[in-house]
Amino acid sequence: MSAAAATIAPLVTVDAVHTYYGKSHILHGVSIDIGPGEVVGLLGRNGVGKSTTLKTIMGLVQPSEGTVRLNGEAITGLPPHKLARRGIGYVPEDRRIFRFLTVMENLRTGLDRSGVDDAKRQMLLDKVFQFFPVLAERRTQPGGTLSGGEQQMLAIARAMMLEPKIVLLDEPTEGLMPRMVSQIRNIIEVLHKEGVAILLVEQNVPLTLEASQRVYIMEKGSVRHQCAASEIDIHHPIVKQYLGV
Amino acid sequence: MGTIVQFFQAIPIDLLIIQTVNGIVTGMILALVASGLTLIFGIMDVVNFAHGELFMLGAYLGFVVFAATGSFWVALIAAALIVALLGAALQIVTLRPLIGRDPLNTILATFGISLVLQNYALWQFGPVVRKIPAPIEAQFTLFYLQYPWYRLLIALISAAIIGGFWLFLKHGKFGVWIRATAQDRVMAQAMGIPVPWVYTGVFAIGAAMAAASGVLFAPMAGVSHTMGLDWVLKAFIVVVVGGMGNLVGSVAAAIFISLLEAYATIFVDPSQAVIVSFVVLILTLLFRPTGLFVPTPK
Repeated sequence: MSAAAATIAPLVTVDAVHTYYGKSHILHGVSIDIGPGEVVGLLGRNGVGKSTTLKTIMGLVQPSEGTVRLNGEAITGLPPHKLARRGIGYVPEDRRIFRFLTVMENLRTGLDRSGVDDAKRQMLLDKVFQFFPVLAERRTQPGGTLSGGEQQMLAIARAMMLEPKIVLLDEPTEGLMPRMVSQIRNIIEVLHKEGVAILLVEQNVPLTLEASQRVYIMEKGSVRHQCAASEIDIHHPIVKQYLGV
Repeated sequence: MGTIVQFFQAIPIDLLIIQTVNGIVTGMILALVASGLTLIFGIMDVVNFAHGELFMLGAYLGFVVFAATGSFWVALIAAALIVALLGAALQIVTLRPLIGRDPLNTILATFGISLVLQNYALWQFGPVVRKIPAPIEAQFTLFYLQYPWYRLLIALISAAIIGGFWLFLKHGKFGVWIRATAQDRVMAQAMGIPVPWVYTGVFAIGAAMAAASGVLFAPMAGVSHTMGLDWVLKAFIVVVVGGMGNLVGSVAAAIFISLLEAYATIFVDPSQAVIVSFVVLILTLLFRPTGLFVPTPK
């Protein structure tokens, strides 16, 4: 753990979580923590439980053992919509844009909540349209008609409407062309500067190491290694061992 | 060929126009009943067998409120509101605990609700048919018929309710929530939309639509504890023919089927004309199981 993260109380703590899908034991006592405003990478091969870890934090999967805490308060068992209102944004692996809703309506799903007056609404919209001008151009278009990259931008913009304290980003660069990948990299940077914490699940190891401050490496449903991102690179033996890069 | 042309030429044009008007009027009430049903199915994946009983209960409540206030319009609004509240309570108590279970559970639950409501109505009001007078008694001459203005008014009110609901779905905050939930329940939750309450709201709206159509229909045929059965059966046919969960498709299918039945009564007895609906249903299930009014998925 970095010195900064050790001194500040973590924003999200996942503590010895065990998760099952039916009889399949997916997470075997996973423990991770993310500090306020920190970008943390979660690396590992396919099927090691990275996405399940995100879903467990988001309340989409209920752990059978262990707890998830937000600002020190246990949130295990709370329904996802309450977690979203408490400031957890979720950008899933397959983006899950509301295909038949327009871009604006997609954004409204996060905006139409108590505590958002017209001024704040405009401020939040202005901010995302500044980051993603293409979404402003396409605001009346159904989400399903956007390209893959634009859908990824919309998924992130939609999560930003919740004014999240943390965004759970699941493979944001999957299937995107290189130009879009660097744009996603910039967006992570922007979110970080805004003080939003990010838990980033990625197959793209160089990008994750570059964007994150700390990384956790998972294998077979457990965290095998954690370190500062600056301590390793793609040639590091640990990366070779667990990620086969 | 000549015989067929002669056969159609033999149909008097006035009869054809009368039946067209009849078909559209019945079609609009049916569309209102079916909209609630298709909404509940499209969003919650619940096949609501109690829908006909909510229709019936609306009519009885309309009768009770009308007896107390003497105003048809107060009766219409009160019945819709009370049944909406009842629908919300029923959803919370019986359907919400079944979310995520096998659909058979919800089918059995709604079937149970339907039996309870039907027998409650029989116990409370007895088998006698009750009558609510139409708010407008005036008639106009349609060829050789004295046609009640009220029937046209029903079609207009139904169209207004469905249209208003469509606008609400399209532009209202809760409308966007409903559509988001229908498209991706999990992601809707992750965006902070309280999905269990959206379900309750949708069920309440569907119930209110059924109740409103019950009150609107009551002056035409009276109120009885079995009045929901015919309508819910037809509404199910409409929902399947229009494409499960497709609001616009349901409205189109309701008018289409009602027109076909109305035209069929030119040649056969009205009780036999019902067969037309079943023929359309069977043909739809055989050749376009996704519904007549949605593009075939590729």
